[in-house]
Amino acid sequence: MVKADNLVFEYILRDEEGNVSGINKALDEVTLDIHPGQFIAILGHNGCGKSTFARHINALLAPTSGTIYVDNKDASKAENILDIRQVAGMVFQNPDNQIIGSVVEEDVAFGPENMGVNVDEMWERVLDSLSKVGMQAYRKSSPNKLSGGQKQRVAIAGTLAMKPKCIVLDEPTAMLDPIGRSEVIDVITKLNKQENVTIILITHYLEEIENADVVFVMSEGKIVMQGTPGQIFARQDELREYKLEVPQTAILSKMLYDGGVINRKTVMNTEELVEVIAKAFEIKQDI
Amino acid sequence: MIKDITIGQYYPQDSIIHRLDPRIKIISTFLYVLVLFICDGVFEYALVTLFLAALIKTSRIPVRFILKGLKPVMMILIFTIMVKVLFSGGMMVEEESILFKKGILCISTEGIRQGVFLGIRFVYLVIGTSMLTYTTTPNSLATGLESVMKPLKIFKVPVAEAAMILTIALRFIPILVEEADRIMKAQMSRGADFEEGNVVKRVKSMAVILIPLFVSAFRRANDLAAAMEARCYHGGEGRTRLKPLKMKGTDYGAMVTICLFVAVLITVHIKVG
Repeated sequence: MVKADNLVFEYILRDEEGNVSGINKALDEVTLDIHPGQFIAILGHNGCGKSTFARHINALLAPTSGTIYVDNKDASKAENILDIRQVAGMVFQNPDNQIIGSVVEEDVAFGPENMGVNVDEMWERVLDSLSKVGMQAYRKSSPNKLSGGQKQRVAIAGTLAMKPKCIVLDEPTAMLDPIGRSEVIDVITKLNKQENVTIILITHYLEEIENADVVFVMSEGKIVMQGTPGQIFARQDELREYKLEVPQTAILSKMLYDGGVINRKTVMNTEELVEVIAKAFEIKQDI
Repeated sequence: MIKDITIGQYYPQDSIIHRLDPRIKIISTFLYVLVLFICDGVFEYALVTLFLAALIKTSRIPVRFILKGLKPVMMILIFTIMVKVLFSGGMMVEEESILFKKGILCISTEGIRQGVFLGIRFVYLVIGTSMLTYTTTPNSLATGLESVMKPLKIFKVPVAEAAMILTIALRFIPILVEEADRIMKAQMSRGADFEEGNVVKRVKSMAVILIPLFVSAFRRANDLAAAMEARCYHGGEGRTRLKPLKMKGTDYGAMVTICLFVAVLITVHIKVG
């Protein structure tokens, strides 16, 4: 689906006279391969290059060197750009700054309108996408009246209406409250499982990666860790080194494991941990 | 403060006028403004009054709401009428119509007549044009404008892009208003004072609102451009519409009505004048 090979991207820093004063390598020889239908999480602290990478998948940025293929098309070639943007939809961080229409349904139709889809099919796509994210009841609402989580779901519907094979989400939950956050994560998990859409979730919240198939951790433009969520959670000291906040459940479960209380090294969420501890003590849980 | 302005605002209501094709409404408004300027004399103004009254009635917009929309232009209105009435000396009025004259001050019956008609014309102009925005959603207004302006494409005017700019601007007005409010409160919490002082001081104090507002607006514009590109936006070429404009029976009816109105008014103008 997405295949990056030695991908390098440099931001050139200029002083006030326009002379080059430094080069900032945002991506440093990134090589990865994402298969169709996978749920990928890319983790990293601020400024580690994860958003830059996301923008390459959507051909918003072109690599300085190296190659990136999206759906077997070279993203650095101008003639492929529109095809790639249709195949790989993108959802951004700020919900307000990516909604273009003044009515929900008109916003969802923006992508298909640009692609020149005919009216009947467009309505079908709009209604279908809105129902997939559970926003059909707000079809005629103004986006300004929606909550953050709802706005992000509309944004996801907007990319879905373009019938993408892959959706790249660049920190979609960073500006949301906990309820909005779980709404968005639920929707993308569902899309991955039921519609077989490839999901590339870029985030710095470790709580959000539990459903991922493969997790990449980035730091200083490089991929520094790679594995299943369980494997990643087990390497807590390294995660802290890369300035990532390890969830308390994971810290607690690791301590309990190291102390010999429970027999599983990594537990992702609170419910599971409660279960594991309960089993360890063989007492009945009353939650 | 910003919320009080009803000019250019949409008034949701289900009426024939609301459902009309925006193109018809735009062209009608244009014709209406044109004939309003040839209007002269009691009889013609009576005709326009009748037309406006019928329009307001069918649009089912409360008259109170429409009158409220006149408030912001009241000052300009009073000022222009006063100028017309008090300084009619320069208008070459006949000697016998002059009622009072002292220096440049000159009141005449002709001046009063013209002042009154000017006032009525001004009020009708504002009401007539705001009827367009009261009954048309900003989006369909933009779509309509795009369609009406299409011939300008020959002169390489980027009509579709201009309509897109208009749509986006309309979408961001409430967001920027909210943001301005937030910045204002943030500055007030740090001791900024926007209420006191003379005009110069108050205008100067606005800078602490406007600068952050502009900065954030540019940032938003940058984000929005990326989001639009990510959704395959590449100019107006080859775009389709979710809600294409289609003329219905009532639209043709409205077109005939407005043409009749214009024709009658012009005939009356020629006959009476």
